[in-house]
Order: sequence, then structure tokens, then C-alpha cells
Amino acid sequence: MSAMALELRNVRKSFGKSEIIRGANLAVPKGERFAIIGPNGAGKSTLFNLISGRFPVSAGDILLNGKSILGLRPFEINRSGLSRSFQITNIFHRLSVYENLRCAVLWSLGYKYSFWHRLNGLKDAHERAESVLEQIGLKRRRDTAAGLLTYAEQRALEIGITIAGGAEVILLDEPTAGMSRSESDAAVELIRKVTVGKTLLMVEHDMSVVFGLADKIAVVVYGEVIACDTPQNIRGNQKVQEAYLGGHAPVETA
Amino acid sequence: MNTNTLTIKNTMTYKPLNLARWIIWGLFAIILIVAPLIFNKGASLSILSQIGTVMIFGLSYNMLLGQGGMLSFGHAVYSGLGAFFAIHAMNLATAGKIWMPVSLIPLIGGIAGMFFGMLFGYVTTKKSGTTFSMITLGIVELVFACSLMFPEFFGGEGGISTNRVYGDKFMGITFGPQIQVYYLIAAWLFIATVGMYAFTQTPLGRIINAVRDNPERVEFIGYDTQWARYLTLILSGFFAGISGGLSAINFEIVTAENVSALRSGGVLLFTFIGGVGFFFGPMIGAIIGVFLTVMLSDFTKAWQLYLGVFFILIVMYAPGGIASIIMLNLRVAKFGKYRRILPQLVAVCAASLVGFVGLVMVIEMLYHLTLESANGTEMKLFGTMVDTAAFTGWAIALALVAVGGLAFWKTKQSFAHAWGEVNTEIEEQIRKGAA
Repeated sequence: MSAMALELRNVRKSFGKSEIIRGANLAVPKGERFAIIGPNGAGKSTLFNLISGRFPVSAGDILLNGKSILGLRPFEINRSGLSRSFQITNIFHRLSVYENLRCAVLWSLGYKYSFWHRLNGLKDAHERAESVLEQIGLKRRRDTAAGLLTYAEQRALEIGITIAGGAEVILLDEPTAGMSRSESDAAVELIRKVTVGKTLLMVEHDMSVVFGLADKIAVVVYGEVIACDTPQNIRGNQKVQEAYLGGHAPVETA
Repeated sequence: MNTNTLTIKNTMTYKPLNLARWIIWGLFAIILIVAPLIFNKGASLSILSQIGTVMIFGLSYNMLLGQGGMLSFGHAVYSGLGAFFAIHAMNLATAGKIWMPVSLIPLIGGIAGMFFGMLFGYVTTKKSGTTFSMITLGIVELVFACSLMFPEFFGGEGGISTNRVYGDKFMGITFGPQIQVYYLIAAWLFIATVGMYAFTQTPLGRIINAVRDNPERVEFIGYDTQWARYLTLILSGFFAGISGGLSAINFEIVTAENVSALRSGGVLLFTFIGGVGFFFGPMIGAIIGVFLTVMLSDFTKAWQLYLGVFFILIVMYAPGGIASIIMLNLRVAKFGKYRRILPQLVAVCAASLVGFVGLVMVIEMLYHLTLESANGTEMKLFGTMVDTAAFTGWAIALALVAVGGLAFWKTKQSFAHAWGEVNTEIEEQIRKGAA
């Protein structure tokens, strides 16, 4: 077993003629919290889509717990222990909050496509969904249709669905986007709480969130990981400053 | 301590719900048993039998449309092929080649429906959305074309007929009299309804709801959406096949029409009118659909026109179908706010009624004038003789349409206002109760 939860090896992705990801390398050790930052259009979300199997990779390799997940479909990757959230809220609108979470735990508890179990008789699914409900602080909204929740509540549910299956590697795509200060503080607390002992990789623009949560920061510019270090070192990194202050100019590799 | 409070809470929330469920299922069984005793005149028994088979068909269709978000244009393939296999099984049993009591014939239909669900479903459920709909339309045309190409199996234009009275009597039951067939259908309807309701309470039943709401996300919680759709379609095909088998017993004939796009469109229409959002919606749709097709066609040649207009009105004003109209009204009544909307409701209904009578007059007179005026231009309408070639009848009819339409337009706004206000208040109340 590899000590790395997630490894990207020279990953490339082209859409038509334009290459969006140009040989990204990244290694995330087990149990660490990584933040991915970078200017708009740098390819952060594309990177997530490649890792989670939403898009096929053009070249390179992606390893989950030391095993290649290349060519696997999203649900297969999810079954091997990687779960992701979305930048644009992606929940089951007509189902209640509780049902949303119960759906999210079913596969991991081994119920698969069963049509011979009675859903209300599944104690483990019930308890797991209730405990996630408690964790994300939506207990009072248990039976509300997810589509009727406020924006911040939907974001919390989005995180809840992502972690409910108990995956060891969690990908969060801008979990605090569009939130007010107090809402995003609450979201940071929530993320910290639910990812204890797990490997976290998140895309985030809000620097206070990044510095509050991340053990390491990976900077993505023009489809490449130009730096990956502790928050303090990233702050002082010459290349990063150039990339951010120099108007997204390609970084000269020394 | 912690687990203790949890269990107490569970029993408290779940017990009354279960009781209500027992009462509802008990009522359903009682209604099925007493229905033929209340409606015992003329053709009502055969109409009841037909409603029963259409209910199963509609419920099975709603497994796809309401629960899975799959708009199928070819669901009659499964019920129709089920019916063909059932009727061949009956004929084989009559000839003594196989042993199969009539009461188990629907199972043959179900298995055939399931088999073809496996076969065709594998192709159709590869895609979702519009592509799924298009492929189902292709499949139903394909099967319909085949039905004319293989007359040995499908019986050509005349179809396959049978005699449901065969084999030994079992406790005096021969399935000759319609009442015995009705109770056979009622029993299967009860079993199938319980089965399909139970399906909505299983992991697959819930996941297919999730697939309907957001297929993409389902892929990221470990489920293959295609497989979920496929399995649901197979189960739906099974129940559709049961309804086909029952209709084979009921009518003793199965023709190519049973596997046609027309029949598929019919079940879509009825299910939608009944309401796809609620489990029992298709059952209401079956009652209305059979009444409209069987009863209305006795009264008027324009019944299909009325059915079409009715469907359009439902789609435009109550997309949740009759079931949602009932449930929303019940909710208003439950919160004790019915008085607030009653005046407006009565006004809008009265206006609609006036306009409706006028519209019916226009349509009937038009039909009579264009199709039957050779036998005299006079016709009977609402109990009085009307000359469709004279001015008076038309003037009255058009005046009613104009007055009714204008009044509807006037009263609609105040009703919509009151209705919206009351429902917003109720939702606010629910939210406060939940929070």
C-alpha cells in the first residue's frame, strides 16, 4: 500500500486543440488536507473532473491509494473510496434532506440495487444518515425538500452527501463559494469536523479559508502545479507571487 | 442513554404512520370487494374490470415516468407482449398441452413482460431523457411492425382469441361469469399495487428517485444510473405484463393494437391526467381514462376531442394531475383555510361550467352539422331539440362560451390570488413547524 492517498503523474487534458492541463504532478499523502489555488481558468475544476472520472484523461496517470483509476467511471472511482462535491450545488432537489443523505450512504453499506430490502427497516442506513444530518447541522430541516433549502444550507447538504458514504479521500470544489463571512466560517468548521482522519483536497478562492484549513497548498497555473508547499512557504514563494501579481503570465521555469 | 432516546423517538414517529397505512390498505381492499356490489348495473362490471387492468398498467408506467423520470412512448410493448404470451398459454392449456390455471395466467404475462424488459430495456435505458423517449418510440413501432409480419404468433389483423373457461372447476369457479373475472383482477390489482408500492420503499426505489432528480450526482455516490434505470424498467415490464395477462383474460382477445404506439400514448395520457407525483395518481388516471374512453364514446363522437382538451388543460393548469389537485385541496382543508378560497373557487367553477356547456354545444352541433346533417339537422342536446342549421342554437352556444370565458378570465385572477396567498401561508406555517 502506498502512503499516498492520491497521486497525479504528468496528467494532461485537451479539449479539442487547446490543452487545459499540461502535465500536472501532485502527491497527496494520506490524512492531509490540501488546498488547490490558482487564477481563474487555471484548470482547478478540470483537475477535479479528471480525478473523479467525470472527464477522461488525455495522457498521464492518476493513482488512488497506489492503484491507477484511469478509465474508470465516476461510480467505480467512488466505490474505490473517493468522493467529491461540486462547485454548482448538485443535490436531489425533490427528495427531503434526510432522503438525500440516505441515498448517499446506501452503496457504502452494501445495499446496492436491492429491491428486496425495506428502506425503513435498514437501521444502519438510518443511523448513518441521521448522524451526518447532525454533523452538518440540518437536523431541523430533516424533512424539507432539498430544493427549498437556503443557499448555505444546500452547500452544507452538498458536503453532507459527499462525506456520507464514508470515502477516505474527499474532493471539495469551492465549498464556500458565494457564502457570507459568517456562513463560510461555519462551513470551515464543518469541513474541519467531517474530514478528521481523512484526506482532503479542495479548490478554494477564499484565502482565509485556505490558510485556516490546509496543511499544504498546491498552486495551479496554466494547467500545471507550479508549487506545492506549506502555507507559510507558499506565501513567500517567488513563482507564486509572479503568477498572481504578474497578470497570469506563463511562469518562466528557471 | 443516547440510543434509548433514539429508539423512543423512532417508535413515536413511526407508529401512527404505520396505522394510517394499514387503514388505507384495508380501505383499498374493502373498496375492491364491495365495488361490484354498488356498481351492479349494465356494463359497470366489465368497466370495473377494465379499470383494474389499466390501474396496474398505469402504476407500472409511473415507475418509469413519475419515479424514474423516464418518459416512455412505448410501454404498451411490455403489456401487449405479456398479453400475447398469456393468451397463447391459455390456448395451450385449453388444448391440454400445458397445465396452467387461469388464475396464474397473469404471471405468464408478467414473466413475458419482464423478459422483453430485459431485452428492449437494455437498449432503451442506455440513454436517458429525450434519447430514451425516441428509442422507446422506435421499439414500439418495431414491435408493431413485427406483429403484422408474424401472423402465426400475433394473429394478423384479427388478433388471437381464446376461451377463458377451461380446465376443471375449482370450488365452483370457472371464470365464465364476469364477476369471477372481476375478483381475479381485483386480487391481482391488490397484489401488484402492494408490490409496486413496496418497490418505492426499497433502496432501488429511492435511488431511481435520485436518478430522476439528478442523474449526474448519482454517479458520484457510487451508483451506475444506467443499471438503476435498467432494473427499474425490467420490474416495470413485469407489472405491465401482469396487466396485459389480465386484459387477455378479461377480453378473451389480443390484437396488434395491444402493442401499438396508440396504446402507449394512452397510458401516458391517463397517467399524466391522474398525476405522476403521487403513487396513487395513475389509479385516478385509470378511472378517468376508462370512463372517458368507454362511457363518453357512447354519448358522443367527439370523445377524443374532449380527452385531448382535458389533457391540455391538465398540463397547463395542474401539471401535477388530479392527484395533486386533491392533495392540495386536502392540505388547504387540513389547515382550516378552506373558507378563504371557497367564494372564489365557486365563482371560477361556475364560470367554467357556463363556458364548458357552451363549448360542448358548439362541438356537438358542429359534429352533427358536418357529419350527420344528411339525416336531418335537428339533434338532442341537454334534453332539448336543437336545429343545428338555425341561428338560435348557435347564438346561445356562442353566447355561453363568451360569457363563460369572460367570467373565467375575470374570476381566475382573484382565485389565483386567494389560492396563492393561502398556500404561501400554509408553507410558512409548515416551515415554522419544521424549524
